[in-house]
Amino acid sequence: MTQYGSPAPETLALHAGQSPDPAFGARATPIYFTAGYVFPDADHAAALFNHERPGHVDTRLSNPTNAVLEERVAALEGGIGAIALASGQAALHVAIVTLMGAGHHIVASRSLCGAARNLLAHTLPRFGVRTTFVDPRRPDEWRDAIRPETRLLFGEALGNPGLEVLDIPAVAAIAHARRVPLLVDATLVTPCLQRPLSLGADLVLHSATEFLGGHGVAVGGLLVDGGRFDWEQSGLFPTLTEPYDGFHGMDFTEESPVAAFLLRARCEALPDFGACLSPMNAFQILQGIETLPLRMRAHVANARVVAAHLARQALVARVAYPGLPTHPDHELASRLLPDGTGPVLSFELTGGREAGRAFIESLKVFSHLANIGEAKSLVSHPASTTHSRLSASGLAATGIGEGTVRLSVGLEHVDDLVEDLDRGLYAADRVARG
Amino acid sequence: MQLTVSGLPVFIYTGGQIFVPARPVVVLLHGAAHDHSVWNFQARHLARHGFSVLAPDLPGHGRSGGAPLASIEALAGWLAALLDAAGVRRAALAGHSMGSLVALQAAAQFPDRITQLILLGSVAPMPVAEPLLSAAHVDRAAAHAMINHWSYTFASQLGASAVPGISLMGLNRRLMERQGDSVLAIDLGACNAYENGLAAAAAVRCPTLLLCADRDQMTPRRAVKPLHEALAGVADGARMISIPRAGHAMLAEAPDAVGNAIRSFLTRR
Repeated sequence: MTQYGSPAPETLALHAGQSPDPAFGARATPIYFTAGYVFPDADHAAALFNHERPGHVDTRLSNPTNAVLEERVAALEGGIGAIALASGQAALHVAIVTLMGAGHHIVASRSLCGAARNLLAHTLPRFGVRTTFVDPRRPDEWRDAIRPETRLLFGEALGNPGLEVLDIPAVAAIAHARRVPLLVDATLVTPCLQRPLSLGADLVLHSATEFLGGHGVAVGGLLVDGGRFDWEQSGLFPTLTEPYDGFHGMDFTEESPVAAFLLRARCEALPDFGACLSPMNAFQILQGIETLPLRMRAHVANARVVAAHLARQALVARVAYPGLPTHPDHELASRLLPDGTGPVLSFELTGGREAGRAFIESLKVFSHLANIGEAKSLVSHPASTTHSRLSASGLAATGIGEGTVRLSVGLEHVDDLVEDLDRGLYAADRVARG
Repeated sequence: MQLTVSGLPVFIYTGGQIFVPARPVVVLLHGAAHDHSVWNFQARHLARHGFSVLAPDLPGHGRSGGAPLASIEALAGWLAALLDAAGVRRAALAGHSMGSLVALQAAAQFPDRITQLILLGSVAPMPVAEPLLSAAHVDRAAAHAMINHWSYTFASQLGASAVPGISLMGLNRRLMERQGDSVLAIDLGACNAYENGLAAAAAVRCPTLLLCADRDQMTPRRAVKPLHEALAGVADGARMISIPRAGHAMLAEAPDAVGNAIRSFLTRR
């Protein structure tokens, strides 16, 4: 810890948000597996509902175990606070519904994970919220797509599965010039590799199911507020700047100019939409975060070796990994992600869909599933799984080919991973040769 | 609510209730580089329990217009003008840190207008460490880091906030960043230059409460003694209550204990 600075990520990952349990001295974070909390008396109950005392009313709104997770991730990201949610998708949904309603508009990177893209492209339009998708590498497209009704810019720190590096400072400047915030999905980088809030983003979300947990046993999401966006000065966010009848006429920016977004999200989105996180899942994600800095270093070291190995294979048309000098965003990645470009990479097999299928089915160490971000190495074929709902042109627009394979490089010994990939390449080669 | 004081707009938080001047009025005064929002919990608590609450953003802070006032005496004069603008003849005053000096000076300067006085995290004089004063002028980020380091207990520095999901130090850093460039330096300068504290305390006659956090490094409990002794003229002497497990940022670290202590003092017979 510097003299007046914040503790290092390794320390925050183990301690932030938690003091030893005052009741029994438990060192581990207790799991408060309860739906509700007993009020000491009627006045205390009224005080909690009036927001004049901090505390817990109902686990749908807050829970002591979840609160540790929220504060820990907020501390790691350098934010003012966070809300734990049932999934990363829930975090995205809560961010959107807290900021806007029917008639409003989002500008989003076209390189998004399948579920996020589906929400924006197909589901939200039914409720009057439309999205324009842009090439994340083209600042002019972001700028040109903004309309008077735009209320949010949204992108992934690293595109999925193309690994496009989002130029957060550039996109944030475009957003702020039009008085709207930038939300960044930082799932693939985690706060150990990049802190988007320090680069100009206003809100950050994580699918905690992935690297934060790392074990692949608990689904969860986090929404972190940087506290810098001036909702009042923007003038575009009446949900935050005008009295809310659903909560005693509370004017959230009057209540807290800094924490207005989190206040509204907790007072409205959590109770109304019910997307709260189970305290058991919060505990499991906390267990993962304790080793996050160590794991990310090992993930990145393995991914670098795997990416370099694949880039040397004749059967591999291209490798999308910003850590490689051949990646179009390599220079940007060196600037924005100096500690590594994460454990996820994709590559294009010559031989198309059949070669991809043979490759995946012959692997023994890599597990074939749609997820990413576990300690174990994972492999998927986006064209037939996560992005299967896209048309051929839609696939092409997101940089996904028939032979694209996505890897989430785990923590096994890297020699075993390379051997497994060679096994897959051999099988793909046999298919390609007929 | 919004008022005009000395020709400038002033924002006043009223604790989520409509302001009714006929009820007992309590004014909550924030500290350096802060705004009304540091009082949210206590303001809402008092407002629901029958008090009319005025938690203003001081001039040049938060939503209030104008420039920050450079002396505690000027701020006390402004406070009297604020009471006039709100149609309030008499009020209780509670102030935190710099706000406590404003309350102390006002209680001495306008004794017939102040019913009770509550000083939180207060010492007199209130010298500001030279590195902090200097950083406030040339390196605000460093000044904010020092303030956070000295204002919060170690438990808060690692997290474990009383408010679910909120990082108290992160919130305070952003709140200080939101104030204008010169606000912190002017505020700290006003605290450092205020030499009239003990004389003002000697002139106070209204019931007075000192709230001291037991882990306060900015205004440590041992340094409160001269102020406590100077308040000897107060009926029954000034009361002093220690807030356990809290630092200078006691409003955020121990919101219930602070709110309970204020309400209990204001309602005692």
